[in-house]
Amino acid sequence: MSAPRARRGNLAVVPVTTREDYAPPAVDIEGAAVRLGGRTVWSSVTASIRAGEFAAILGPNGSGKSTLVRALLGLQPLAAGRIQVLGRPAGEARAEIGYLPQRRAFDSSLRIRGLDVVRLGVDGHRWGLPMPGRRSRAAAARVAEVIELVGAQGYAHRPIGRLSGGEQQRLLIAQALAPRPRLLLLDEPLDSLDLTNQSAVAGLVAGICRDQGVAVVMVAHDVNPILPYLDQVIYLAEGAAVSGPPAEVITSASLSRLYGTPVEVLSTSDGRLVVVGQPEPPAHHSDRHAGTSAARAAGAHGPH
Amino acid sequence: MDDVTFTWNLLADIQQMWALPFMVNAFRAGTMVAVLAAAIGWFMATRGQAFAGHTLALVGFPGAAGAVLLGLPVTAGYFAFCAAAALVIGTVGPGRGRAEESALIGTVQAFALACGFLFIALYHGFLSGTSALLFGSFLGITTEQVRVLAGIAVAVLAVLALLGRRLLFASVDPGVARARGVPVRLMDVAFLLLLAAAVASSALITGALLVFALLVLPAATAQQITARPAIGLALAAVLALVTVWVALTVSFFTPYPLGFWLTSLAFGLYVLAAGSRALAQRLPRRPGRSAGSSPRVRPSSPATGGSIAPGAGS
Repeated sequence: MSAPRARRGNLAVVPVTTREDYAPPAVDIEGAAVRLGGRTVWSSVTASIRAGEFAAILGPNGSGKSTLVRALLGLQPLAAGRIQVLGRPAGEARAEIGYLPQRRAFDSSLRIRGLDVVRLGVDGHRWGLPMPGRRSRAAAARVAEVIELVGAQGYAHRPIGRLSGGEQQRLLIAQALAPRPRLLLLDEPLDSLDLTNQSAVAGLVAGICRDQGVAVVMVAHDVNPILPYLDQVIYLAEGAAVSGPPAEVITSASLSRLYGTPVEVLSTSDGRLVVVGQPEPPAHHSDRHAGTSAARAAGAHGPH
Repeated sequence: MDDVTFTWNLLADIQQMWALPFMVNAFRAGTMVAVLAAAIGWFMATRGQAFAGHTLALVGFPGAAGAVLLGLPVTAGYFAFCAAAALVIGTVGPGRGRAEESALIGTVQAFALACGFLFIALYHGFLSGTSALLFGSFLGITTEQVRVLAGIAVAVLAVLALLGRRLLFASVDPGVARARGVPVRLMDVAFLLLLAAAVASSALITGALLVFALLVLPAATAQQITARPAIGLALAAVLALVTVWVALTVSFFTPYPLGFWLTSLAFGLYVLAAGSRALAQRLPRRPGRSAGSSPRVRPSSPATGGSIAPGAGS
């Protein structure tokens, strides 16, 4: 699924490089650190994600997963290190990022169609009113295209507040895709969905990543729905991070080193991963799940 | 007004009304206020800021009372107080969570009303004017006020058209709008100022207490009928215009006050729209539509096929 790396000609002495080798990675993080209110959220995060790759940001509650997303958007200044997005400093590439923030449920009384919410992704950042004309027709065509891509034709014309969580999430993914981004940043898009919808939306995102060559960075609470599709993992915990292919990162040895305490990664008979023995998240963070039970903390990747 | 009688010759009725300069002014002002309040009201309903709008309306009352006390034009009092309150709510309120923001708005409202009472107490014998400030009147709208209203209406609608899409984006989806470079906080303050201008204009006709007849009801009625933003905005304006024109005419020919007619008409239209919508939802849906909207998951979707973590149930 990943982009071909350095293809070398088997006869030529000079290595043949494709254009893609020169293209900067979609996301390039080098020794990045963020401090919030005097506390280091995470430091020495290093990762590189190329076009067409599917990466996950994992970690227990309060480990700073959403903070990393904000840093990629350039909304969170770094204390150290550097983040390049699409070859530019984070924040300068925002127009080419499709962003889906954490857990947005629309008010059930909001009288705006799903179609209109998707349309805002195309031209909502522009001044003025949409005037009929060539540009407006092109925008409408793009809206229809992405709605079909996520399979939302059946309900896109209904007020968005009336739709189910899964339907809203598909329309929001369509909205994020509408401006033809080169990078999709999805903050826990599977949260609050039932298991059937979780795997359906995960498959949808993986398909978009593969077929459209879009780099995807997804924050996930549970790695299992997206595990079959992942190329890369950035695992945040205890103010540090490990990154790399999932098979190298989500192992007992690698996570024990990260947590600094013995942690075991178990593989269930059906291929799911369960992380056991990770310590409780720090008590002073202000994540929405603050103060969760030990069972919850141990279940960041476990079955709920 | 006891010498005017309604005939079924509508043209003659209108000629009779418009022979009086104050009625012409009332229609001019009412027309501008209707369009302004409906457009701003549509955004207010979409943003769920009715409480802020209500407070700005009440703040207009001490503004007007204070202006009368100081011998200044009533219009100036409305606009100054509304704009000041909008700035307080818009700059202090955000980022504090919904509960604290509404507490702040409530505080502003209570303090403003208290000031209004103080101003009335200081201005002895003001009581007859109070009712017009609170409940509206079409009498005594001066040509000067009509000019001021026209300027404000043009300015507010121009700014609203300029902000249009960005404001809708910031209202519906602030997180994504911010990520796309829309200054959401600035949009919040800008909208509250536009809302203040619309409320102050509207209060000249409807009085401070009945501003919602034009600010909320036409927009809410339009939203019952359509979920399309452009059509909803246009429909709200049409409904507000009909409400104002009919209410002005009826109150001219009857002894009952304008505010009552305005509110009753707008309310009647809302009940009609909400009632027909509820009725339409009870009727069996056309098969084509319900088939398309019922499945929540489309297992046949091309992108979902393939290997999903086996046994995802737990």
